[in-house]
Amino acid sequence: MSMVDGPTPLHTAKADQAAEDRGAVGTPPGSSAAARRSGWFGGLGEKWQALPRQKQWLFLILVVILAYLLPIINPPLISTEPGNDFPLACQTMAVWALVAVGLNIVIGYAGLLDLGYIAFFAVGSYVTAMLTSPDSTFLKIPYLWTIPVAMAVTMFFGVLLGVPTLRLRGDYLAIVTLGFGEIVRILATIIPALKGQVGFQNIGHPPGTDASGIPIFSNSNGTPWYWLTLTILIIVLLLAGNLERSRVGRNWIAIREDEDAAETMGVPTFKYKVWAFAIGAGVGGLSGALMSGQVGFVSNAKFDVVTSILFVAAVVLGGAGNKVGAILGGALVAYIPLRFTSIAEYKYLIFGLVLVVVMIYRSHGLLAARQQLLAYGQKAYAAVKASSDAKAAKAKTGPGKEAAS
Amino acid sequence: MIPTLLTMLPADDSTWITFDIPSLMQNFWSATFDGLTFGSIYALVALGYTLVYGVLNLINFAHSEVFIMGCYGVFFTLSYLGFGPSAPNLSVGAIIANLLLALVVAICASALTAFLLERLAYRPLRKRNAPRLVFLITAIGASFTIQYTIFAVRGPNPEPALTMFKSNPIFEVFGTFIYDQQLIIVIAAVIMMVITERFISKSRTGRGIRAVAQDPDTATLMGVNKEKIIITTFVIGGILAGAAALFYVMKIPSGVQYNGGFILGIKAFAAAVLGGIGNVRGALLGGLLLGLIGNYGQILLGNSQWTDVVAFLVLVLVLLVRPEGILGTSLGRSKA
Repeated sequence: MSMVDGPTPLHTAKADQAAEDRGAVGTPPGSSAAARRSGWFGGLGEKWQALPRQKQWLFLILVVILAYLLPIINPPLISTEPGNDFPLACQTMAVWALVAVGLNIVIGYAGLLDLGYIAFFAVGSYVTAMLTSPDSTFLKIPYLWTIPVAMAVTMFFGVLLGVPTLRLRGDYLAIVTLGFGEIVRILATIIPALKGQVGFQNIGHPPGTDASGIPIFSNSNGTPWYWLTLTILIIVLLLAGNLERSRVGRNWIAIREDEDAAETMGVPTFKYKVWAFAIGAGVGGLSGALMSGQVGFVSNAKFDVVTSILFVAAVVLGGAGNKVGAILGGALVAYIPLRFTSIAEYKYLIFGLVLVVVMIYRSHGLLAARQQLLAYGQKAYAAVKASSDAKAAKAKTGPGKEAAS
Repeated sequence: MIPTLLTMLPADDSTWITFDIPSLMQNFWSATFDGLTFGSIYALVALGYTLVYGVLNLINFAHSEVFIMGCYGVFFTLSYLGFGPSAPNLSVGAIIANLLLALVVAICASALTAFLLERLAYRPLRKRNAPRLVFLITAIGASFTIQYTIFAVRGPNPEPALTMFKSNPIFEVFGTFIYDQQLIIVIAAVIMMVITERFISKSRTGRGIRAVAQDPDTATLMGVNKEKIIITTFVIGGILAGAAALFYVMKIPSGVQYNGGFILGIKAFAAAVLGGIGNVRGALLGGLLLGLIGNYGQILLGNSQWTDVVAFLVLVLVLLVRPEGILGTSLGRSKA
């Protein structure tokens, strides 16, 4: 919607007007009716935007430090129930957040509903497992080297699945990816080399041992794994943020808002859809590799399609198109069953219901996506307008009598 | 690096897929008849997808749950009537009466689920004029919600098997027996689909459905009550899914499970796409074809899990080669 009425409200470039525009612009496709209502976190984005750059950085650094310290502080109320080790829970949350950030590129930026994201997660896990576990007959490489290999292989799978289906309408993609998610699990069962339920044990981990000779990155020690995953998450976030602000990101958002219009305006939609799909798949493979390294065991049982729907729920709950929202959503979906073990059994029911309710009442999720490009465009326009107005006023009334606009 | 990886492939990797052509030749006709039986069940479910897609342009992911609710309807009715794992000793008339009762309950359960789904999940979205992605995600969420509500109530295990009657061979074609069960399912399904086809092409409501499928706004201007048409479409899909549920439990007595509709739903959708989504005859053709292909594939490759893989590959191939399906997508445009 904002594509059309972009420049019009700029005549009254007062602070509140601009702020309201940012709020309204920051909604996923077309939900303009819901957009006017300021939600639970409606004012947060505006306040954040209003802060000076230095304060934003300071705040961010504080948050990052707190995130790193999370498993060490182990805050009493937030900590998981006794059965679940808190640092390991942190690692799970970080992996889910990474998954959500990757899926957010596909769903949130490019607007492609990928219901079989678990397949890429599985491919990443299996690549790592087969290249490091003594149970497989492949050649062995160090764990850290499997991470780029896993990403490359999953990106290849993403292109393989994307090329036939991305030429079609978006909803076919949903069902094909859903099928693909299920097929990968079935193939892992049927193909002997993937060892079905037996799976792969003793998957590799990064090198290093502590004073007593125990590996630092052992399966039960969540903290180093969490730090590794968090670091990778931050790197992926920075890269994804750059992509979002680049030409690629603008094209994705154009495709999401209106594919036909984007195509007409010269965006090679197919190419950019495949890119979104492949990059999203790569991040999925990356998180799969991290997860399998920490758990140390991979079998077909973990990769059912229902988990894939939970991934979608994480992105949608957090706010499709918003990186911070995706992290929040991913971490929440992983955290809630670990924190409240009594309801863990019903997590699928709860998050299924959450999907429906969020879509009906707050289709932009907890944190709405801000279309920063448009917001920046408006800021720039407002700045130019203000300076030219000031010049005009100066010229008209002479010095000393500057009219404030 | 890749050549190195390839040479490191495990030795047993070459045997993960085998083509058992003699077995297929031997069982060709029994696979055909069985495939047609499964195909008619797919076709009935596929009709639900096709009709809703034609009218709303929405893949109703929750249709598989509409179907599984019908299965539970059949299960509860028959276990209440005293059916068990072995076929009951009843006269033919009594069996028919019992099955008809189960059919009615299944149809009511499925149609009610479809009705509530439309009212509670999709209608609020239409009021808000939500984009397609929001509809799709809601459909997924609704499917999940129903599935895991059943899970919370009935647990993860399949319900105990129910045998409705002892299936007897009736006559022999090409050296293969045809069972009464297969005959009942195929004939009943085809009759239901013909009725649906007639209803949509001849009746006043059917004309309304086609009008809304073609152009909702113009249809509204011409005096068609769009909301009523949409709810009718959902209910028709539910009725057909309920009938499919009876046949499904007849064919696979132990198939009543909270997530039993999921894969069948994907296959039925693939059938709808194969025949041409939005096309009523296409659903029948697609369903039968997919049933046959799946069964041949399963025997050729020697593992029942291959059916799903084959069905999925068929879907992708169809989308690649002829995305509009064999008969084309034309609920609105069929002989207006």
